[in-house]
Amino acid sequence: MRPNPYLFIVVFIGVALVFPLIPLALAWLWRRIFQPPKPGPQKNAIYECGVESLGEAQIQFRSQYYLYAIIFLIFDVEAIFLVPFAVAFTGLPVGAFIAILVFLLLLIEGLVWAWSKGCLQWER
Amino acid sequence: MSEGIDEVLRSKLQRQGVWVTSMQELYNWGRKNSIWPLQFGLACCAIEMIATAASRYDIARFGGEVFRPSPRQADLMIVAGTVTKKMAPQIVRLYNQMADPKYVIAMGACAISGGPFKQGYNVLKGIDRYIPVDVYIPGCPPRPEALLHAFMELQQKIDEQKLSGADKAAHLESEQPSEYPVPAFGKHDLEPPANPNVFHPPAIERQS
Repeated sequence: MRPNPYLFIVVFIGVALVFPLIPLALAWLWRRIFQPPKPGPQKNAIYECGVESLGEAQIQFRSQYYLYAIIFLIFDVEAIFLVPFAVAFTGLPVGAFIAILVFLLLLIEGLVWAWSKGCLQWER
Repeated sequence: MSEGIDEVLRSKLQRQGVWVTSMQELYNWGRKNSIWPLQFGLACCAIEMIATAASRYDIARFGGEVFRPSPRQADLMIVAGTVTKKMAPQIVRLYNQMADPKYVIAMGACAISGGPFKQGYNVLKGIDRYIPVDVYIPGCPPRPEALLHAFMELQQKIDEQKLSGADKAAHLESEQPSEYPVPAFGKHDLEPPANPNVFHPPAIERQS
């Protein structure tokens, strides 16, 4: 008689359960018989770099940094789009031209905003 | 445990191809050949420690090549270099976070006693003031061979540790602490300046 073709899966599951349980049981027995556990506040501490953690993890960043993001977009990211636009300028359809103008308008708006905020002022 | 085996019988069996061991020997054999040091260097001795781990000296021959970046996975702390008073609490805390059994090698003159910087206002005069040290290596810095020698000494020490009985290994005693008090910064010095339960300086006998 042929064994059930799914038998090996059952055997596999059994082995997969027993295989990790044996070392866990051995470790548990070792702890019970020989080595007493010695937990402590420092041993159980979350961080293990030797330095105690300071303050909260839930900190907030200042929202004022958005001005730097705007300046970065205007003077850095915009150039990446402007160069291919300038290269392909003559062959562009009207829709693409208007789209890039809208994009430029949005960024110029940001530039005006940053200018009015005094972001472009050179501070000594 | 190993007292139960007759040595003559064992060597006879061994000649017949039968290897008899005890749980204690098996345990110590496994431990001493897989000492994982903490990846932790403080000063110039750390360069020698790195050289010991690298291919020329190759601490992997002794089973100690797995330098762990986490104290929870390390068995051995090699205090390699000058311990400043700023660093001492961190070292003790790292030692506390290591899992038992744990061992300490004080590498170099600075880790033993403060070394050439002993007179410095911010140098700890030996890490053995706060944590128990198993092997001391003199030298400034010690050569990699000296560190390997210390490693072998530690292996020998581990091999001789008893698993049961009155003189069993310290980490198996439930009364023996696994954590030691971390010194804090006081007004002038670390508080306390030394842990009296750990620090036993040799008494100086002066002839009058």
